Amino acid sequence: MTIDEEQNLIITEFSRLDDWLKKYEFLSTLGKNHTGINQEMKTDRNALRGCQSQVWICAQMISGKVNFRMDSDSLIIRGILALLLRVIDYRSPSEIVNANFYFLREIGLNTTLSPSRANGVATIVKTIKQLGQKYLEEISNNKD
Amino acid sequence: MKTPLDAQKIRDDFPILQTRVYDKPLVYLDNAATTQKPRQVIDRVISYYYQNNSNAHRAKYFLAEKSSELYESARETVRKFIGAANSQEIIFTSGTTASINLVAQSLRKFYFKKDDEIIITEMEHHSNLVPWQMVCKDVGASLKVIPFDDEGVLRIKSLESMFTEKTRLIAVTHVSNVTGVINPVKEIIVRAHAYNIPVLLDGAQSISHLPIDVEILDCDFFVFSGHKMYAETGTGVLYGKQKWLEQMFPVQYGGGMVLSVDFDNTTFADLPFRFEAGTQNIAGAISIAAAIDYMNDIGINAIHSHEKQLLQYAADALGDIDQVTLYAESATKSGLLSFNINNVSPFDVSMILDKMAIAVRSGTHCAQPVMKHLGIDGTVRVSFALYNTVEEVDVLVKGVRRAVQILQ
Repeated sequence: MTIDEEQNLIITEFSRLDDWLKKYEFLSTLGKNHTGINQEMKTDRNALRGCQSQVWICAQMISGKVNFRMDSDSLIIRGILALLLRVIDYRSPSEIVNANFYFLREIGLNTTLSPSRANGVATIVKTIKQLGQKYLEEISNNKD
Repeated sequence: MKTPLDAQKIRDDFPILQTRVYDKPLVYLDNAATTQKPRQVIDRVISYYYQNNSNAHRAKYFLAEKSSELYESARETVRKFIGAANSQEIIFTSGTTASINLVAQSLRKFYFKKDDEIIITEMEHHSNLVPWQMVCKDVGASLKVIPFDDEGVLRIKSLESMFTEKTRLIAVTHVSNVTGVINPVKEIIVRAHAYNIPVLLDGAQSISHLPIDVEILDCDFFVFSGHKMYAETGTGVLYGKQKWLEQMFPVQYGGGMVLSVDFDNTTFADLPFRFEAGTQNIAGAISIAAAIDYMNDIGINAIHSHEKQLLQYAADALGDIDQVTLYAESATKSGLLSFNINNVSPFDVSMILDKMAIAVRSGTHCAQPVMKHLGIDGTVRVSFALYNTVEEVDVLVKGVRRAVQILQ
């Protein structure tokens, strides 16, 4: 499935949830089932700044694809991370850099979790893009 | 349950409380962060701009005289409200944080020296911690901290053992902005004064909830913010005993606070103007006076009694939920409480309550040392005002039960 196909599927799933409490219930369930990261990976280096809750993101390249590991102390954010992983995990760096994560807007998450200095979702997306860019540059440097 | 105030009638004075959020009536319970404003305050500010706006204490024409009169009348209203001896002891500032910084930076110039000691408590808001910490770093003084116990109560038995001949000031919050615990400030002041140690009280969380009389308290400084007592943001007051203010150096310089200026030297104005550099927030000061008039019409004792009942009702109802931990449960509190749902992020709780149109604050509440002591990342804080109702507490409790179902 492409990134956009995955996003459209998520939008369809959310469209069946007709109020915010149901959406949060869904996200909480996703969050409970989400495989987070080990305690030793919850370092300052992997932590995102500017979030009201704690968020950690790390990544590695495996066979040309970026494998993300993400976690949060907030169940709702873990649910959002689970959705993002569905969209971005094991994608190429260029797919990640070029992706438009429109599903967040379509399911209402970019407004509900922003704006403020604690704009966790925007910070998470920015970090994902930065990691994608980092690996894209590594690939480009390796070719040179 | 009936409370001393007809809160439903009072709510009609607050236009914003008619707001619907996600098609539900707004339940605003974040008053420790900022309070909503009654029509009487809003109208007084609008009236000022429609009829009286001019710079105060500058020109001599009709509008300027009127503006000056309103500004000074506001100062006098504040003086009476907090029981200060004279209006020269009332300085208008931009808020509690600015007031504390003013005192800290001014005393730093002549009063604090190397190896001096400043005492604060473990439960201070960052605004009554960082200014003193920075002064200590600047002059080579040290910061001592009065701890609180597991019930959120200050361990003041240890207070006098902390005093040395180097202790120069104690800065303490009147009411904790995290737990709502009321500190025994009168006792602290009596003990401190026995050793000639001045005391600054942070009244941000007490000014609109408890009757304040600075002469009875005998505090050396008392600070508060207008926006936490139904007035505008960007407003506040520093009360200082005249004997202190007279010795203190200004920390902001410019127009309005000088007597004479030439390139070699400047002399400063008398109190209170010495500490009010530049054009002040005149409308803001007027809003404080209007808010005080509003509270006086209702009665601060009635307000206190109403909020006390709401707080107890909320604490009892939340305490009945097994999965909820209340903080400082048995301590005497004012205006607010903090809780958590066990093993659940307070951020999640506040997000879910938000979707039920319930506005509460989650996080560290600008009091990270408190969280460190409690061993947690943050709390959900519920904070009341004179317009909150029993019915709103019922909505909150129902919301918390729903949040437990969703998140656990």
